[in-house]
Amino acid sequence: MSCKRKALRSDQVLPQIIKVEDLKCYYSSRSDDHWFRQDVVKAVDGVDLTLYEGETLGLVGESGCGKTTLGKLVIGLERPTSGQVLYRMQDLDQLSGAEKQRARLDLQMIFQDPYSSLNPRKRVYDILSTPLLYHELVDKRQVDREVHRLLDLVGLPANSARRYPHEFSGGQLQRLGIAAALSLKPKLIVCDEPVSALDVSIQAQILNLLCSLQEELGFAYLFIAHGLAAVKYISDRIAVMYLGRIVEVAPADVLFARPLHPYTQALIAASPIPHPDLPTDESSLLTGEVPSNIDPPQGCPFHPRCPMAQESCRQTRPELESDGSYPQFGDCRSYRKSHCVACPVMLSDWHKARQEGRDIHYAFPGAKRTAPGYLEERDEN
Amino acid sequence: MTEQKSKQVQDPAETLDLSGGEPAPAGESYLASIWRRFKRHKLGMVSLGLFLLLVVLAILAPVISPYDPNAIVGGFGQPPSKEFLLGTDLSGRDVLSRLLHASRISLLAGVLVTLLSTSVGVSLGLISGFFGSVVDSIIMRFTDMVMSFPYMLLVLMFAAIFEPGLWSIILILGFVNWPGVARLVRGNVLSLRETPFIKRTQVQGLPGRIILFGEILPNTIAPILVHATSVMAFAILDEAALSFLAMGVQPPTASLGNMLGDAKSLTILTDKPWLWLPSGLVIVILVMAINFIGDALRDAVDPTTSRS
Repeated sequence: MSCKRKALRSDQVLPQIIKVEDLKCYYSSRSDDHWFRQDVVKAVDGVDLTLYEGETLGLVGESGCGKTTLGKLVIGLERPTSGQVLYRMQDLDQLSGAEKQRARLDLQMIFQDPYSSLNPRKRVYDILSTPLLYHELVDKRQVDREVHRLLDLVGLPANSARRYPHEFSGGQLQRLGIAAALSLKPKLIVCDEPVSALDVSIQAQILNLLCSLQEELGFAYLFIAHGLAAVKYISDRIAVMYLGRIVEVAPADVLFARPLHPYTQALIAASPIPHPDLPTDESSLLTGEVPSNIDPPQGCPFHPRCPMAQESCRQTRPELESDGSYPQFGDCRSYRKSHCVACPVMLSDWHKARQEGRDIHYAFPGAKRTAPGYLEERDEN
Repeated sequence: MTEQKSKQVQDPAETLDLSGGEPAPAGESYLASIWRRFKRHKLGMVSLGLFLLLVVLAILAPVISPYDPNAIVGGFGQPPSKEFLLGTDLSGRDVLSRLLHASRISLLAGVLVTLLSTSVGVSLGLISGFFGSVVDSIIMRFTDMVMSFPYMLLVLMFAAIFEPGLWSIILILGFVNWPGVARLVRGNVLSLRETPFIKRTQVQGLPGRIILFGEILPNTIAPILVHATSVMAFAILDEAALSFLAMGVQPPTASLGNMLGDAKSLTILTDKPWLWLPSGLVIVILVMAINFIGDALRDAVDPTTSRS
């Protein structure tokens, strides 16, 4: 079950909408131990990522790994410490006033907490019409019709316009948040955990709404979440983030069929699979804490928790590398269907496995469960 | 209360109205909802009635007062009689007429001081909180400086430098009372600036002035109003204190404070209570009423912290 579109399954090359290269965002905070020392929190620490027109890129990772910061950097709500965000191959900072304004409007955001993302003192009509009127996107006489059109688009009755945010339920508020983002006709919407504050029954409604809106209007999503279920359902591609870095990027079905990075495997192994007699594999659960992003480990940031860690992992920091499925696109970041992973150990195992015709060695065997045919095979035995 | 709660759970629109009681009408504006909750506060409503009564009497003073407040119309220091309902003062002027005119002056001082200090405080607080960094540091250090002076000494010093009188009192009190409001507004702006709905307006490309005046300010109106009531109560008290010390409103103009000034002598304090009791009582009633209104307003504005 998913809402991925057929067009994106083809091998067609799509234009890039967002490209970030070696993006870093550091915050300084007062140290707990020394009042005179400043700690540097490396929220986003060297991210390379490309987003294509009209696709949905899911961004997953534990709390505090920098997902939200990356989302804010992409839409320009936060300024990077170093590196650039290119919107349609242009640096936003170098655009002139009007172009920059239009580019900023093309990048919108849906927030996590629906209750605090709408001004409690304003009626829905004013919330939706203020940006429309300020940017002169619609004629003054057309505003009523446009507000009603937006409400209709997200499935709310027209009389919602007269109401205040506190008169709505969480799911309805999130619909209003979506309407507010849509009003500016964006090309990319960053969804920062848009369903995590909602009831499970409402989550599905909102996800389906996001899907059908994308089908209709054709914008791209950067879908940030910490749960795999929602991401798997909505995303064309998935990027896995750990301690401020992207550790694996792949098309959604490929990622679940053959997760290469041990961290991705750990995430998949930890997520519950609805099956009547599939036991949870305790040995497959990730142990230890997320290291602090003030003082991240040397080398691979995941090595202290990784069962496959070798000496080289403690020394050099691995870069994203292609798994070699699409050799015609050399750089793994220039084609949306390539599978990139920042783990040389697993990558060489995968190359060997492919030659020998065997399965890869899983760092967390529980991750096998989402491989195609696994459940069927298991049921037969 | 438990009954009301269980009833609320059934209707999602109603659960969000934490005040209990009747459900909020659909599409009710924020100010209307404050008024609806204010009305349930009995002491607040009584105080509001008393306050409005005093305001009406003060406004109508020239019409309803029996004598010219500054004219000598009777004997010196006569006790209340049919002719002079509250007696006459030491110069033979009618105390009732003077009292009505005095509350006019005191209320005028209270309202203007509140308006002045609130507008100064709100502007500085908004600027400080919204722009942050250097601007914020400069404004906040200046605020700390003003606050660190002994308040009464500062006011007395200014009153001594400038010609004492109603308008200089209003200006002095107005420019000394703003730090509290400025801090309050700054704090509110700082926390609002980080809320998702303000972030959203930034993402929507709205300019600073619309974000500041259209989004942030409407969300700080309530605490400003509550704070303004206490500023007004203090302004009335301070005006009275200054006039009592002869640094405020100058005779022959009557103010609640300089009418009390007669009570500096012990014989008057013991033998002629009609000279000071009425103006003292008006001050007490006025200040208490304003404080209770402020209390009720705070409960109405923020139903979650209601003590009832």
